Amino acid sequence: MEAYLNLFVKSIFIENMIFAYFLGMCSYLAVSKTVKTAVGLGFAVIFVLAITVPINFLLDTYLLRPGALQWLGAEYAEIDLSFLSFIMFIAVIASMVQLVEMIVEKFAPALYGALGIFLPLIAVNCAILGGSLFMQQKDFSGVSESAVYGLGSGIGWLLAIVAIAAIREKITYSNVPAPLRGLGITFIITGLMALGFMSFMGIKL
Amino acid sequence: MANTNKTSEKEPSILFVAKEKEPLFSKKNRALLTDPMDDNNPITVQVLGICSALAITVQLKPALVMSISVMAVMAASNVIISLLRNLIPNRIRIIVQLVVVASMVILVDQVLRAFAYDVSKELSIFIGLIITNCIVMGRLEAFALGNGVWESFLDGIGNAAGYGFILIVVAFFRELLGSGKLFGMQVIPDAVYEMGYVNNGLMLLSPMALITVGVFIWIQRSRNRDLIEKN
Repeated sequence: MEAYLNLFVKSIFIENMIFAYFLGMCSYLAVSKTVKTAVGLGFAVIFVLAITVPINFLLDTYLLRPGALQWLGAEYAEIDLSFLSFIMFIAVIASMVQLVEMIVEKFAPALYGALGIFLPLIAVNCAILGGSLFMQQKDFSGVSESAVYGLGSGIGWLLAIVAIAAIREKITYSNVPAPLRGLGITFIITGLMALGFMSFMGIKL
Repeated sequence: MANTNKTSEKEPSILFVAKEKEPLFSKKNRALLTDPMDDNNPITVQVLGICSALAITVQLKPALVMSISVMAVMAASNVIISLLRNLIPNRIRIIVQLVVVASMVILVDQVLRAFAYDVSKELSIFIGLIITNCIVMGRLEAFALGNGVWESFLDGIGNAAGYGFILIVVAFFRELLGSGKLFGMQVIPDAVYEMGYVNNGLMLLSPMALITVGVFIWIQRSRNRDLIEKN
């Protein structure tokens, strides 16, 4: 249990998708003008990350990794399909996003109205593919660990985008030098926030 | 049906026009190459492709390898999508684009592993992330789906060069100020260190990549005031 909690905290704060790895920066910069839309996109990211990371973990363990096909019989034990992992992962992500979109549209039309435009964006959000690729590097021992990792990374991403959106809402009232307005100041603020988040690195887990 | 008819008429004519009437490097085509370097830079103006860019700018070498990989992927996938543009049904175009880009990235990844293994280890997941690099998808959507093969090729090269330009500038300053080296070779002489100069370790931390790009945008927009956002 403690290991899961450690992994959860670590994936939210210490290995924050945005502040430590700059993953998902495109939508982070484009959709962070108001808090409301930022929250919507953030929840959609959590949802998709928490689903796709465990699925890709299963694919990796039973299909792609060297020796993963052993369950088919001894003669398949030496096959290494790991070069296919990029295309498999992105296919899973694109189809999951499509599926999630359809399910949400059917069962929660209000949520669909709020998330609608963001869901297709998520298929090409680097944070999602990044989550799966990091999962592949980390050698998790089970599905539950990878699920916790996916959930934690998603929450970290939500935290980051909501924080920057709140700051950007306030900053419209301040007198930023003209050439820095918009994109420039957002970069610099993100850099300062990332410096702040680095203080979490001292936590020993 | 209408779509297929259009294809048979349109496809050859555009190819021929591009080949016969227009010189290969006409003014318009040269603009496709040079615009993304400054006025229409993918990172600082179009805000595309920041995702996987900044984490690998601690040193010049990975930044250079990354830029070349992105250039190869973009040129190849732009050409392929442009060739297929009249055959792809509109509704599934994103999946088709992802598959094309992912195959190109797998190729690049395998080549890097074969010929530059240590750089490929250093870039770790970031080569894979070229697939979801918004720059590739963005240019496919915005340009290759509606333009001829040669123009799309130039557009791919140009935008990748604009992207690589930023990457290399950021990596240059971070490596120079952070560790006093360029391409892993020491450039700041020992005499300077003896006078009390110290490397700025802060530049090696990831947040400084963001701040460096922020400063770069500041300089670019004070030079070219048309780009200033109204807020």
